[in-house]
Amino acid sequence: MRYEAPDSVEGAVALLSAATGEVRVLAGGTDLLVQMRADVVDPELIVDIKKIAETRAVSEEKGGWRIGAAVTGAELKEHARLKKAWPGVVEAANLIGSTQVQGRATLGGNLCNGSPAADSVPALIAAGAVATLAGPQGRRDLPVEDVMLGPRKLALRKGEIVVSFLLPPRAPRSSDAYLRFIPRTEMDIAVVGAGVSLTLDGSGTISAARVSLGAVAARVLLVAEAAQAVIGSRLDEAAQRRLEAAARAVCRPIDDKRGTIEFRTDVAAVLTRRAALIALDRARTS
Amino acid sequence: MAENGTNGTNGQGYVGTRTIRPDGVDKVTGRARFGADFNLPGQLIGKVLRSPHAHARIVSIDTSKAEALPGVKAVITRDDFADQSSEFIPAGEMMMNYKDVVRNVMAREKALYEGHAVAAVAATSTVIARRALKLIDVKYEVLPHVIDVVEAMKPGAPLLHDDLFTAGVEPKPDKPSNIAKRIEINLGDIEAGFKKADVVVEREFKTAPVHQGYIEPHAALASVSEDGSAELWCCTQGHFIVRAHCARLLGLDIAKIRVTASEIGGGFGGKTVVYLEPLALALSKKAKRPVKMVMSREEVFKASGPTSGATVKVKMGATKDGKFVAGFAELKYQAGAFQGSPVQPGVFCAYAPYDMENVKVIGYDVVSNRPKVAAYRAPGAPISEFAVESVVDEIAKKLGIDGIQLRMMNAAREGTKAAYGPKFGPLGLEETLNSIKKTEHWNTPLRKWQGRGVASGFWFNIGGETCASLTINEDGTVSLMAGTPDIGGLRAALTNVAADELGIPYDKVRPIIGDTGSLGFTFLTGGSRSAFSGSMAIVEAAKQIRTELCSRACKLWEAKPDQVEFKDGAVRPLGALAEKVKPMTIADFAKVAGKTGGPIGGYGRINAQGAGPSLGTHLVDLEVDPETGRVTILRYTVAQDAGKALHPAYVEGQFQGGAVQGIGWALNEEYIYGDDGKLQNAGFLDYRMPVASDVPMIDAILVEVANPKHPYGVRGVGETPIVPPLGAIANAMEQATGIRFTELPMSPPKVLKALKEKAANGKS
Amino acid sequence: MAKHHIETVVNGDAVEFLCETEETLLDVLRDTLNLTGSKEGCASGDCGACSVTLDGRLVCSCLVLGCEVAGRRIETIEGLAKGEKLHPLQQKFLEHAALQCGICTPGFLVASKALLERSPDPSEHEIRFWLAGNLCRCTGYDKIVSAVKDAAATLRKG
Repeated sequence: MRYEAPDSVEGAVALLSAATGEVRVLAGGTDLLVQMRADVVDPELIVDIKKIAETRAVSEEKGGWRIGAAVTGAELKEHARLKKAWPGVVEAANLIGSTQVQGRATLGGNLCNGSPAADSVPALIAAGAVATLAGPQGRRDLPVEDVMLGPRKLALRKGEIVVSFLLPPRAPRSSDAYLRFIPRTEMDIAVVGAGVSLTLDGSGTISAARVSLGAVAARVLLVAEAAQAVIGSRLDEAAQRRLEAAARAVCRPIDDKRGTIEFRTDVAAVLTRRAALIALDRARTS
Repeated sequence: MAENGTNGTNGQGYVGTRTIRPDGVDKVTGRARFGADFNLPGQLIGKVLRSPHAHARIVSIDTSKAEALPGVKAVITRDDFADQSSEFIPAGEMMMNYKDVVRNVMAREKALYEGHAVAAVAATSTVIARRALKLIDVKYEVLPHVIDVVEAMKPGAPLLHDDLFTAGVEPKPDKPSNIAKRIEINLGDIEAGFKKADVVVEREFKTAPVHQGYIEPHAALASVSEDGSAELWCCTQGHFIVRAHCARLLGLDIAKIRVTASEIGGGFGGKTVVYLEPLALALSKKAKRPVKMVMSREEVFKASGPTSGATVKVKMGATKDGKFVAGFAELKYQAGAFQGSPVQPGVFCAYAPYDMENVKVIGYDVVSNRPKVAAYRAPGAPISEFAVESVVDEIAKKLGIDGIQLRMMNAAREGTKAAYGPKFGPLGLEETLNSIKKTEHWNTPLRKWQGRGVASGFWFNIGGETCASLTINEDGTVSLMAGTPDIGGLRAALTNVAADELGIPYDKVRPIIGDTGSLGFTFLTGGSRSAFSGSMAIVEAAKQIRTELCSRACKLWEAKPDQVEFKDGAVRPLGALAEKVKPMTIADFAKVAGKTGGPIGGYGRINAQGAGPSLGTHLVDLEVDPETGRVTILRYTVAQDAGKALHPAYVEGQFQGGAVQGIGWALNEEYIYGDDGKLQNAGFLDYRMPVASDVPMIDAILVEVANPKHPYGVRGVGETPIVPPLGAIANAMEQATGIRFTELPMSPPKVLKALKEKAANGKS
Repeated sequence: MAKHHIETVVNGDAVEFLCETEETLLDVLRDTLNLTGSKEGCASGDCGACSVTLDGRLVCSCLVLGCEVAGRRIETIEGLAKGEKLHPLQQKFLEHAALQCGICTPGFLVASKALLERSPDPSEHEIRFWLAGNLCRCTGYDKIVSAVKDAAATLRKG
């Protein structure tokens, strides 16, 4: 098993493109190492991207935020201004696993592991995040909701890696929230994850919204109907009911050791509503 | 209130104080050596090939390719173990049969569960060992499997053993079955009892298998010499038991195996049996090099025994004044692949907390295609007592009597005859109930969707064969050697006792756990016996030393026995003699030991009798999120009778640890199987044990109703704490939701479903 | 495939070792460097018994490859005490009987130290959530929380 740690995007792309056998990108290793130990994957080549400066940086860009694919959840949590602008994204990244896992886990890895239950993905989708990919044909941008196509299925072509994410500029009176359901208080994989981002107009009415649900379908969903359900409202009772109904309607979950279909659907509705209320509260005070 | 970390005596002695444990520094610095921390030069790494099928005939095993792989030094299969004839032996507080032991350690005719060991290799590295496993060609004939206990009991269910006939039924069956045995206990007349009842409650309960969940996987390092003698280091609760099993399975004299118990990272009953040890020895014998074997977490879940899942029916009757007049229960416990579930202790303990005239409990031990069940902290009792405590709560509600009051009215006490036979000595149940009643916890108001539950629990505790020695060193310090592995503070407790018995400072006594070559046979750490029995053996050893020193003093002083006494660490002259000679301390005697008869020591070799039951009562407040079914434990109080707490902090620790295991069992832990008979949650991610943020502080109230049969009044405390939580939490759930949950775990999907059904049925 | 030759710093000491690509930092610490204080409880990052800090960041060493740590700074349980002087956390764990079997204790100590470095006066809630990645099956966590709080107070006194 080979291990390479290139210090440039081009170097990483070259290694990935040239690989003939099983190759894996290493960021935080919180999924890859577990899968290797469980004999789920036996790569011939591991490409560690953490020496690539671009993947490790957090910077403001055109009023928005560019976050490197290999920035850890713990580092995001320590970034006060990012946390203020996007509390939902930061809290989602810091719900992954434990303190130890957050010390290593990255947004790039969380997305590219290809699990519809990934915690940070609904928050990124609700935020309208765009992933910048780099490959042998150059760079391209993809909205995050278009990157994960299904369990372990990504839209990445051979040789491509996710380099960074761009969070759009924040309108005033905007905020976001991420909630997940787990049976314990920490450590579990999300049974349902709900990310909501809201913008309010001057009168406190919701003028823009994005709602994303995780762990209720084969991919993380961007739920346009749920956004429509609340735009133009102040999240009154009727709007909350419409929101819940929209969340229920898109659920196509599975029965597995973490939750039943019925349970996931019920809880998806509840969490979407609760996340929206938190986002609303944050947007009002932002 | 005793301060933490006392090492000085206040004149009252060390017993009952919070001394710093002597093995503590090594544990907080990482120096202590646990099972996987031992290495020998030239050692090989051993790995096990395990069945991927829940039930299959093993047609053939071809190890030739694995043996040919460079770096592989030995491969073993069923052919390397002689078959064993049927003989039942104690395994913790349960019984096992050597014929089954040899088959569990290495499958013979059939693989009986996913994870069952089929072959093992020893190689020069882990990588090579893993590769070698892949080269072993096993031909299986896959058979239909059965997982559920009720399904396994049905005629026509897939049969695990064609030589297993149900014991305990008349007439003797002529067809084999998955029901290994039926047992029954009776007291009084159950039919007459129910006739006297004003209220009768009947319920059926279901629990899933749960694992002991020790953080340290099984590990063993074996080294066999050319003359067949062997050394073994392993993490175990009973190294003398390991020695006995290995000697038997490998056909060795017991004296030829020397087992050292490493520090152990948790056991809770799960490390009272052998898994890797015979394999490591067999591999080492073949390879002529030491062999080290460590289980992965997945192997621990798939191939070491959880406790039973069960179906339990309970029917209880009480008069309108609250007197329990009849108690019936039928327990069906799953044993896993071989017989030997803890159904018997489950049967014995079901109604044991209560003084009842009419009791009938029936139990079934049933095999199924799951790993062989192993003991788990008060084996069998949490399940049966969960069911009874739930029904007691329903009776309380029906009668309008509060849970503490009702239990008080029926509490077993001194003189009560238990349905399983004995007449109890003094018991502390009432004291624990009173302690709970007095707490601020009991008297704090609750809000909507919050509930409070109370439950009591019983465990009988055991004594057993125990050896311990005290040796006086040349400088007067004392070496203490105990025979039971220390799983949670035992050395501190025994050092307290030794220091007080000899009247010397705590830090002048240094304890170790002796290996099997250093002491006589000592039964394992289990049954809540190690402090109880170990302290008795230390008392005996100390008595021998005091007697010996008095005798030497008499010779030196030319005195008569009634002219001397041992007090406060010295032999002291009495009366007129005191004007002629000065007292001699232990250190003084140590200096002249050689000249006065030789080295000084005491050796306690006992079969400790008189273990007293420990009763406990738990109180829990919880809150249910009605929209998701998630349960939060808000507050938890344990009151339990320790008889005498040799070291209060470690006794409290048992209360708190057992309570949290019970919380996990009640709310989230369970073995989840697919239709293919394979375990789906063989890891800490999806086998959900409580984490620090899941539980509050656990208030521990130490009750001490002395056990008259122990020199200090000690009762074992380790097991009882896991018994009440299941009932207490189910009772709190009923109060919070109005729903009686009868199936564990009460996980969110189940809770939410029940809440929805209740709402749909129109009840508020 | 030749092994990687790695130079790094462990508990303040310069260290070098050889490792295969697939060996984790935990494997290297235990099997190559003979630092067996960090324990393997699960090898999947779910129990925290292997906790170490990497450049001051709390991580599970079973989720780090040995070949990743070149030029970095690793702190393990073996580096907590300074000579014969126990760290206040170690002392308080002993005084509060915050360990029973002790297998999880190294992980808890390393994790708690990382907490107190960032948050010198943590609430019970903060302590429990920070330590949620460290499993203990023996103590029920009560005395661990008490010990961490007490150690925090001691450290604040200076």
